[in-house]
Amino acid sequence: MLRILHQIFRTGIVTEPLDTEAEARVTIVGRELEKEVLERFRRSLTIRFVDSGSCNGCELELVAVNNPLYDCERFGIHFTASPRFADMLLVTGPVSRNMEIALKRTYDAMPHPKMVVALGDCAFDGGIFGESYASLGSVGNVVPVDAYIHGCPPSPEEILKGILKAVSGC
Amino acid sequence: MNEKMESVLKAISARGPLEADTSVKGASAYRVQTELFGHAARVMKDQGLRLVAEWAADETLFGRGFAVFAAYAIDGSYLVIKAELPVDDPTFQSLTRHYGAAFRFERQIESLMGLTPAGHPDPRPWIKHEDWPRDAWPLRKSFDAAKPMERVSGEYQWVRAEGEGVFEVPVGPVHAGIIEPGHFRFQAVGENIINLETRFGYVHKGIEKRFEALSWPQAVRLAGRVSGDSTVAHATAFCMALEEASGCVIPERASYIRAIMMERERIANHLGDIGAICNDTALAFLHYQFSILREKVLRTNKAVFGHRLMMDSVCPGGVLKDIQVASIDLMLEEARSVSEEFERLIRIYENNPSMEDRLYNTGVLSPEIAKAIGAVGFVARSSGQALDVRKDTGYAPYAKHCPKVPLLSSGDVHARAWVRVEEVRESYRLMKEFIGSLPSGPIAAEWGPPQPGASGFSAVEGWRGEVVYWVSCGPDGNINRCMVRDASSVNWLAIEQAIHGNIVPDFPLCNKSFNQSYSGHDL
Ligand code: SF4
Repeated sequence: MLRILHQIFRTGIVTEPLDTEAEARVTIVGRELEKEVLERFRRSLTIRFVDSGSCNGCELELVAVNNPLYDCERFGIHFTASPRFADMLLVTGPVSRNMEIALKRTYDAMPHPKMVVALGDCAFDGGIFGESYASLGSVGNVVPVDAYIHGCPPSPEEILKGILKAVSGC
Repeated sequence: MNEKMESVLKAISARGPLEADTSVKGASAYRVQTELFGHAARVMKDQGLRLVAEWAADETLFGRGFAVFAAYAIDGSYLVIKAELPVDDPTFQSLTRHYGAAFRFERQIESLMGLTPAGHPDPRPWIKHEDWPRDAWPLRKSFDAAKPMERVSGEYQWVRAEGEGVFEVPVGPVHAGIIEPGHFRFQAVGENIINLETRFGYVHKGIEKRFEALSWPQAVRLAGRVSGDSTVAHATAFCMALEEASGCVIPERASYIRAIMMERERIANHLGDIGAICNDTALAFLHYQFSILREKVLRTNKAVFGHRLMMDSVCPGGVLKDIQVASIDLMLEEARSVSEEFERLIRIYENNPSMEDRLYNTGVLSPEIAKAIGAVGFVARSSGQALDVRKDTGYAPYAKHCPKVPLLSSGDVHARAWVRVEEVRESYRLMKEFIGSLPSGPIAAEWGPPQPGASGFSAVEGWRGEVVYWVSCGPDGNINRCMVRDASSVNWLAIEQAIHGNIVPDFPLCNKSFNQSYSGHDL
């Protein structure tokens, strides 16, 4: 126990402010985010994450968003296991044909208003996997997407900024 | 040629002709008559050799029919046995009688290439979900991969367990955490698991078929995205297969830089996983501590190679990014500070009784089963199998810098975590050694596409274990077929075995200790 306490003191607080220089590349699409959505979220955003066919690179960086250096919870962002509690659906990967139904079901299970953010270059246009018998390409081909965060994979910094940008609607 | 190889070749040829196939580079290769495909497997099995991979190719563009291949590991080299099958009767003898690993390889061959493994005990499709048209065989040349595929009705036949008090827990494909999708179905009595059946294929993106539509340089990008956490291992293995096929010899410096990246990939993933195992035992403190160390490694990667996961750093003929003097200082400084913190955390890990309670004797994969299913990588090394491609084949530069390979035999969650603790230490030692003896010179050699009909075989030790590629060049100079065998393709069989007799709530912990790739398996 003493060792643990000692290590905690040694480590101190490592969370870093977001770099103001770095910009996330985000494409906000189509429908304006309803005012209602923005008001409702305030500073609490619950995300249901779905990997619809990614290579797992995007997940690694999404996991990193939860580490003490990026600490997404300080922005009120946290991940939930149930789509029923989710404000946002965060999707990675091209949508594989074998995940299409699961993705749609998750989307359907979410309460209104549903916000969808697609993460990574694959989620934008299928990336290197393209569209084929097994890949439906962009997440936008399967569920309505509000914002795309670009990168392969986007860095934790870009993910955080992208999500914040998406909920602020600009 | 080693002695064992000679003796198996002799034993196979006792039953029929064995013809050397010189178009295959990077492994010894022989053609046998279809009837001898199973016989060859029996000979291998009798000699205690491991089945590495089994796959099929459509060779109609060469005016032939189909072909099935089986690769075996023999004392530090690989032997590929090929049998050709006619288009109108593409049937071959199943190897499942001899090798457990053949079980899924062959379901996959049947599902995606439409060849029939005669005598296979399980006719259910694999990866090909029940709503695919039955005659959709994407790996055949006649299949139009660009067209969307219709959905038909169908139902998967699950293995059932019946009896008083038996109930079923289906989990997935969408999981609670930030991980990849797959389906697990438990049959349990009370909390005790009596059977686990996994069903995958959810992230099947048609990778193997996609290779055939890409140029060679684009294909390297794709290989680097088969499994994002193993991007260096896959890109390297693909390039090595291509270099074998086209007779390209890479500069020494390039092989060192590749190895430095491979060790860094191992370190980063092991750090993340050791932390995640702690998290599943409710020791969140260590989880966060290890994630800080992982983050440090990724930031150095970004500074040195321009990408946190080191994607797109390997190219045919060598590497794209050289290592500068300042980068060397960065990596050495990271090695010092991360190792120091790491040792401090490991002391806490070791002295925590609740960790001990959860990790020991949980999710045991016995050495016998590990061998029977052909497990590789840290999973094998935790269950008494001394396998490590770096040491076994000694591909450059490992012949000159032999890794110390940790070996445990308890096969439990603890062993799978501890082998990785040792590997983090060893990888840092190796990385420093590579940096210390980094040869000067160019970082890439000229390369050209292989001759039509040529093919290359390669294997590297990724952080999960052996990653195998076989790539063949078509009549037009492009890829005719690219076979990918991630460590996960065999290691996923392990979890169903290791979970017997455990309790349902321990499944996440067991699964984490294996941490196999869904994408690398589903392709
Ligand atoms: S965007 Fe890149 S990292 Fe993300 S899933 Fe696609 S290939 Fe992998």
